[in-house]
Amino acid sequence: MSHTFTLDGKTIPFAEGQTILQAADAAGVFIPHLCYHPDFKPHGSCKLCTVKVNGRQTASCTMRALPGMVVESETEELNDERRALTQMLFVEGNHFCPSCETSGNCRLQATAYHLGMMSPHFDHFFPSRAVDASHPDVLLDFNRCILCSLCVRASRDVDGKNVFALSGRGIKTHLIVNAKSGRLADTNFTLADKAAQVCPVGVILPKRHGFAVPIGERKYDKAPISETTEGR
Amino acid sequence: MSENRKLRVATTSLAGCFGCHMSFLDIDERLFTLLEHIEFDRSPLTDIKTVSPGTDIGLIEGGLCNAENVHVLREFRQNCKILVALGACAVNGGLPAQRNHLPLTTILEEVYHTSPGLANGMIPNDPELPLPLNKVHPIHEVVKIDYFIPGCPPSADAIWKVLTDLLAGREPTLGHGLMHYD
Repeated sequence: MSHTFTLDGKTIPFAEGQTILQAADAAGVFIPHLCYHPDFKPHGSCKLCTVKVNGRQTASCTMRALPGMVVESETEELNDERRALTQMLFVEGNHFCPSCETSGNCRLQATAYHLGMMSPHFDHFFPSRAVDASHPDVLLDFNRCILCSLCVRASRDVDGKNVFALSGRGIKTHLIVNAKSGRLADTNFTLADKAAQVCPVGVILPKRHGFAVPIGERKYDKAPISETTEGR
Repeated sequence: MSENRKLRVATTSLAGCFGCHMSFLDIDERLFTLLEHIEFDRSPLTDIKTVSPGTDIGLIEGGLCNAENVHVLREFRQNCKILVALGACAVNGGLPAQRNHLPLTTILEEVYHTSPGLANGMIPNDPELPLPLNKVHPIHEVVKIDYFIPGCPPSADAIWKVLTDLLAGREPTLGHGLMHYD
């Protein structure tokens, strides 16, 4: 016998051990998320996937589904908070979409579209972050990092290389490269690594592939993120 | 907004490239429909130099890169009932804001002194020239902005949608396909 819970009034079946987000995803119901990826252990840090379970807020990517749970997701209150979190991610980094190769394929941008984010609302930090172009095949643009840690998890858990890490605490948290020089060229990172495929924004970019698909014809230009099937 | 008088609309480009104004003109023949409902006040299209008090809608292209930009923006806020940020630069600083991680003195030195072919160049300091700001800022960081149209530039359809929503007294929204940051 399969178990179920309700999500915004809709009955969602789940298998034992599945999280709310995994069960919703399997049932074709979209819950906004940035740091979650189906291939990796949930991190629970971006908080975009926050839902209310029996009236209390929790991250749906880490919360295991239980029979009879009453889960709310598409409420004005939760979407307002998701939009505010997304706005904070935009102002904390340097997100200039018109000059970003990932524009149109970017989960941060597509999520902002989904949430109806018309402006960044907050004051911009305009942080100063150097790019790392040392690697022959890959450019790192730290300006766009949202600290989802997907590259950290991919490099550590799949590639077994531990190329990336999050360093510092609180507002000073930032992505680093595990090399004495701090440069990607001084690691064994390659374009074939899983870590090279998982960045939801435009930090890890293959060189010499710029604008292969024109702006306006990219993934989320064609369909909103809520209607794309992959959990990517 | 159902009264018969035409709504007065002012527009300006601050630290922008006039691309958003070009996109606005891309509404093409819909301009005739629009002109049945609005008249232009201060705008590069009319060459009127100041914003009339009681102007209904102000469209601001571009962010703030110098003191004159701030002055013009404040004049718009003072005289417009509704202020709309038009395009990426007004919304988040855009391309000009990409200088923000460099010290202003370094930029001026590079542009006027150390660039090749600029022997004896001097940094302009005529009192007529507005002073550059230390950093480029989006306009909502200085005055209250009522609505935002993102995009570089926003498409003519996006501008048309927001303007017609405003004219009809609706809260402007941009759905999928009209909402673009690029």
